[in-house]
Amino acid sequence: MSSLSEPLRIAVLVKEVPDTYGERHLDLETGLVDRAASDAVLDEIGGRALEAAVSHAEANAGTEVVALTVGPESAAEALREALAIGADRAVHVTDPQLGGADLGLTAEVLAAAVERLDADLVLAGNQSTDGLGGVIPAMLAELLGRPQATNLDAIGIGAGEVCGTRASDHGTMVVRASLPAVASITDRLPDPRFPSFKSTSAAKKKPIETLAAADLGVAVEDPAAPRSILISVAARPPRAGGMKIDDEGDGGTRIAEFLAQNRLV
Amino acid sequence: MNYPDDAVLVLLDLTPAGELHSGAAGLLGAAAALGSPVALVVTDPASGGRAAAADAAAGLGAVRTLVAESADMGRALTVPAVDALAAAAKLVGPEVVLVSHSIEGREVAARFAARAKAALALDAVGVTRDEEGVVVRHSAFGGAYETESAASFGTLVATIRPGAIEERGEDRPAAAETLTVEPSGLPATTIASFEGRAETSSRPALREAGTVVSFGVALGSPDKLALIEELADSLDAALGASRAAVDEGYAPQSWQVGQTGVSVSPDLYLAVGISGAIQHRVGMQTAKTIVAINKDPEAPIFDIADFGVVGDQFAIVPQLTEAIRAKKA
Repeated sequence: MSSLSEPLRIAVLVKEVPDTYGERHLDLETGLVDRAASDAVLDEIGGRALEAAVSHAEANAGTEVVALTVGPESAAEALREALAIGADRAVHVTDPQLGGADLGLTAEVLAAAVERLDADLVLAGNQSTDGLGGVIPAMLAELLGRPQATNLDAIGIGAGEVCGTRASDHGTMVVRASLPAVASITDRLPDPRFPSFKSTSAAKKKPIETLAAADLGVAVEDPAAPRSILISVAARPPRAGGMKIDDEGDGGTRIAEFLAQNRLV
Repeated sequence: MNYPDDAVLVLLDLTPAGELHSGAAGLLGAAAALGSPVALVVTDPASGGRAAAADAAAGLGAVRTLVAESADMGRALTVPAVDALAAAAKLVGPEVVLVSHSIEGREVAARFAARAKAALALDAVGVTRDEEGVVVRHSAFGGAYETESAASFGTLVATIRPGAIEERGEDRPAAAETLTVEPSGLPATTIASFEGRAETSSRPALREAGTVVSFGVALGSPDKLALIEELADSLDAALGASRAAVDEGYAPQSWQVGQTGVSVSPDLYLAVGISGAIQHRVGMQTAKTIVAINKDPEAPIFDIADFGVVGDQFAIVPQLTEAIRAKKA
């Protein structure tokens, strides 16, 4: 682990997700995200985390930003985008055995990758736009024995600590954690910069390291480890529109009548 | 002390005032449907209200309430509650642990599952039992899909979507006991200060409201908010907003409905001047009834609205508010 006066190594968790601007689907055989059915993009919230890390690196020479993902081979595209935004290098954990990994296994793999990277700070989005679980940063903190400064609406990365304002259930907290730590940010942080042609070209020369679960010492099929398993998946019929009228001066009254007929007032 | 074989351990959130959070009824209701609910509350020793919280938990179905005191509660993030949950689970030996899928709750549940090496299921909208064990229901991609999951074996840790559970536990006699917690000593984030959200409103909480009135950026100015508020109050509704309205500063972030905000499934969702971009729809399309007002006849919100009116919200909304008041009078 680097000492506090040395520049930081920041691991940013990124993810390939189906674009929320289109229809998204689950495969009804496997229950997994049907990646072929939608455009895959770098998750926007991970892009914001990356922007925070890259901005810090620009102001603090020597900081290294590493984009880290666990995902199928196609997720290399999301890593290329992360490199174009400004990550120095990327680590791609990809392993057919990890397809459909539950949260516990995913967190174990990420924790092993973070330890291998010897990262001082792990930075992530508060929740991915596909799973919306919002717990991976907390699980990583538990497995790594680090403090978690999560769900931050504003973040400061300083000498030996990460701080910020946490949007909590009942109000706002100012929180501080000593490094090494795990932090996550909300969509109140700025959008990632749009990569320039130059940075996109430069990204092609930056290294992406590819690892399998075994390279990280993670036993995927550990019979002693309980797992969360998917037992069914079903598509709900799409919602259909009902009656649509033009307001002819009585629109408000007509809605009130509709509500009354349906016992909603 | 013996605990029931079918114990379901339930972590209950407390409000800053030390009262049970409103989601407690659904959590204990879900637990009662699976077995015998044993509640856990974690408090700072300096705060009062322990006995009242335990009484309230019994009233909602807890057969016993464990009260853990931690001087670090409110000073250190997440870890004190995880330590208490681990101590309670060791004592009670539950088959299932239920926690609210709130910001604080889901992180406590996740860290506990990671520590205990237990299976974790998130954001459940239902829990049932079949011959092989406990089955958790989830809603994916804004209700477009329904999935079910289960633990392969061992204790299942599940977080419950606030407002999703309609079952309720039966009133039981209060039975509280103090839980001694051995701190894990894991490094935790320090809470330097806390500022509670001003609850100036007497309106229902957005996640749990039976009716939600939502508005978009078409409102044009925060000065016009009174129009929407009067409509909401005539229906005893919570207020919601689109992301664009939040970004423009017309509404606080806590009102945001959609992909990056709150997901709601009320009996009635009334969308005023909201176009219905897919990122908004995934947060509200499981509402039982949707009513939309929009000046654009092509707005996608009309594709999912049970009743839609194409027109000017500034003319329609006041008329609607008056008509509702008249019907209720």
